[in-house]
Amino acid sequence: MFARLVYQSFRRQRRRKLLAGLAITLGVAVATAMIAVAADIGDKINRELRTYGANLVVYPDADTLDVEVGGVDLKPPTDGAYLNEADLPAIKGTFWRHNILGFAPFLPVPAEAAIHGQPQHVEVVGTWFAHSFRYGNENFTTGVRATNPWWRVSGAWPADDSHDVLVGEDLAAHWGVKAGDTLQVAGRDTKVAGILSAGAADNQKIVAPLHFAQEVLARPGAVRRVLVSALTKPEDELARRGEKNPRALSPELYDRWYCSPYANSIAYQLTEVIPHSRAEQIRQVAQNEGVVLSRIKGLMLLVTLAALLASALAVSAAMATAIFERRHEVGLMKAMGAGNASVAALFFAEAGLLALLGGATGFFFGIALAQEIGQWIFGSRVTVAPVLFPVVLVVAVLVTFAGSAASIRRAMHFSPAVVLRGDA
Amino acid sequence: MSAQGRSRRHMFLRMLSRPVLVRPGRALTALLAVVVAAAVATATLNLYTDVQAKLHKEFRSYGANVVVTARDGHALPADALARVDHALGPRGMAAPFAFVVARTASGSPVVIAGADLERVRQLDTWWSVTAWPNARDTALLGKRAYQALSPQGQPFDLRFEGRVIHVTPAGILSTGSAEDSRVYLRLEDFARWTGLGPSTLEIAVTGSPAQIHAMIARLAAALPEAQVQPVRQMVEAEARVLDKTRATLLASTALIILTAALCMLATLTASVFDRRKDFAVMKALGASQRAVNVLFAAEAASIGAAGAVIGFVLGLGIAAWIGRVNFHAAVSPRFSIFPEVFAGSVLVALLAALLPISLLRKVQPATILRGE
Repeated sequence: MFARLVYQSFRRQRRRKLLAGLAITLGVAVATAMIAVAADIGDKINRELRTYGANLVVYPDADTLDVEVGGVDLKPPTDGAYLNEADLPAIKGTFWRHNILGFAPFLPVPAEAAIHGQPQHVEVVGTWFAHSFRYGNENFTTGVRATNPWWRVSGAWPADDSHDVLVGEDLAAHWGVKAGDTLQVAGRDTKVAGILSAGAADNQKIVAPLHFAQEVLARPGAVRRVLVSALTKPEDELARRGEKNPRALSPELYDRWYCSPYANSIAYQLTEVIPHSRAEQIRQVAQNEGVVLSRIKGLMLLVTLAALLASALAVSAAMATAIFERRHEVGLMKAMGAGNASVAALFFAEAGLLALLGGATGFFFGIALAQEIGQWIFGSRVTVAPVLFPVVLVVAVLVTFAGSAASIRRAMHFSPAVVLRGDA
Repeated sequence: MSAQGRSRRHMFLRMLSRPVLVRPGRALTALLAVVVAAAVATATLNLYTDVQAKLHKEFRSYGANVVVTARDGHALPADALARVDHALGPRGMAAPFAFVVARTASGSPVVIAGADLERVRQLDTWWSVTAWPNARDTALLGKRAYQALSPQGQPFDLRFEGRVIHVTPAGILSTGSAEDSRVYLRLEDFARWTGLGPSTLEIAVTGSPAQIHAMIARLAAALPEAQVQPVRQMVEAEARVLDKTRATLLASTALIILTAALCMLATLTASVFDRRKDFAVMKALGASQRAVNVLFAAEAASIGAAGAVIGFVLGLGIAAWIGRVNFHAAVSPRFSIFPEVFAGSVLVALLAALLPISLLRKVQPATILRGE
């Protein structure tokens, strides 16, 4: 009998049910979209923050002090130690390899360069542009194009296996060279593939494929330092303790530290895979990421709360109206001897059913909406945790119940005679 | 004005106010819907306009985004810092640096920097420093420099162009970049030792990329003998992150305002629809359709207006609270958005009132009064 009542109510009052269901669908869609976007914004903004450049640096353990002023390397190439290029692919074998978005080796070499005329002292930096390598069963491509997204090249990027170079724009203006010209670097003819605009000191350098710089230095496989760009988690108490001395942590804490993508735990793992190396977080980038990230996440959280409030109110308002309109029905049921409990049960069952149907539809609309927003703003998909679906359904039912409760209470207190006379 | 006109106006006001006094619950529900919609709209619009300024400030913790260097290794003029400070005003801050490559006792090269450490402390907030030097000839040693020069914290000698300085380490600096290999002296100690003044000014300018570029032009005009350059990666990354954040906030604001407006529309429509009996009685007593329209519209408009005012004040409060919780700074109230919020609320309220009336106008009053 009860099921029949509910069923008939849906069949006979299709328009009204549709309106209430629509309100729930809309509310849930907005709420779902907001939650999905807010939950993913940390990751999205983290990726945008990678525009700041690498947040980790790896250098040889036995290295002497850097002698660098204003981005110009003054250290004699005979000084200090080097890393081995052959060890670098292992970076993709660390625990947090999926968080490592890119890395690039650097080898600065002082050299003589000339374009039809007087040779001039310049700094040649060898690096990977978009170097492909294989590690395990996977192929990877990485280099400065991934770690230094603010570098602009007019002309073409050199191929990593060529002898083509990029010339910094200040140097190019000084010499009057343009893309396609031929240049003498350390006695070798090279083609200028493009002009590099990188800002500040890099505009005065020649950037060449790594093997070319190694050839000039006559040290095959040598790398001075590696810059690594990784998605990291903001530093907290555990990260600070881990940085001081990971071995001093209890085994349980050590595991937690090791398995969290803190800048310093990733740095620690890099030293594990690259022999004779030291890795550090570049504090200017790594420390500030956390601050900016937590502000933006906090903002989105609060805005999401506002959205949830607005959609909860929309749902409650729709339910309140729907029930108030049916006070005659309540009067009739009560006149025929129905108790308050059975009237309330009927309304709650109807509301629950509506919430489930509207909630499920709204969830999928919301996901679609979140994807649209993700594509529009970040040019990538928003990842939605599957656990969101049951959570959204439960919240939809609860909000619908809460929105209906006041009206149902009022409906139960109608005196049947008054309602049926049409005075209420 | 005639006595009849006055009494008609009196009657109109009475008809407008009686329903609220007799049935406060119903009017209150409608008012609540408007208040919530207006408050949420005000808060999000306020945040949307103010969040950029707030985030610009957060981004300044990244340090300098503009660098002034002397041309070809000369020192900057002695009044360079004063001129830059004057050009910057409250929109940024600058820190002077000087560099030389000196030799240690064993003859290996090391970069020594002279810096106004008070300013550096404010500019480069990410520097992790154990203790700042404050006595004569004390120094801040980069982490790697410390290991190489003074592993036990003992004083050491540095030589530059035949002049020797005896330096006592005061603290250790860790940044993960070039600073780790340097020794930082106080600017006055550095000048006394080398006879050189600052050659670089690092400047953090607050503002949008356009404002930063305008400031670079101003600085270049103030210091024609120096090179003023943006730190491209700082300016670009900030612009990108801000654009994305603002776009996300815009999308959210649009969604929230849409939901709030629809919620308000639904509630008000229902509350007007609910009063179809009043409508029927009025018409049965001979009121013209126009008079009924005006009455219902006036009622909706006054609820919309009252709700907008209350909601606006409430929304400013919410925005200020979010500012305090999230940015630890008040979001300045934007009264300029009041007309939009007010007009929007009244418009949606009117729409909500006229929609049911246009549906009801075709129905005979008798049908409604019979309760069919």
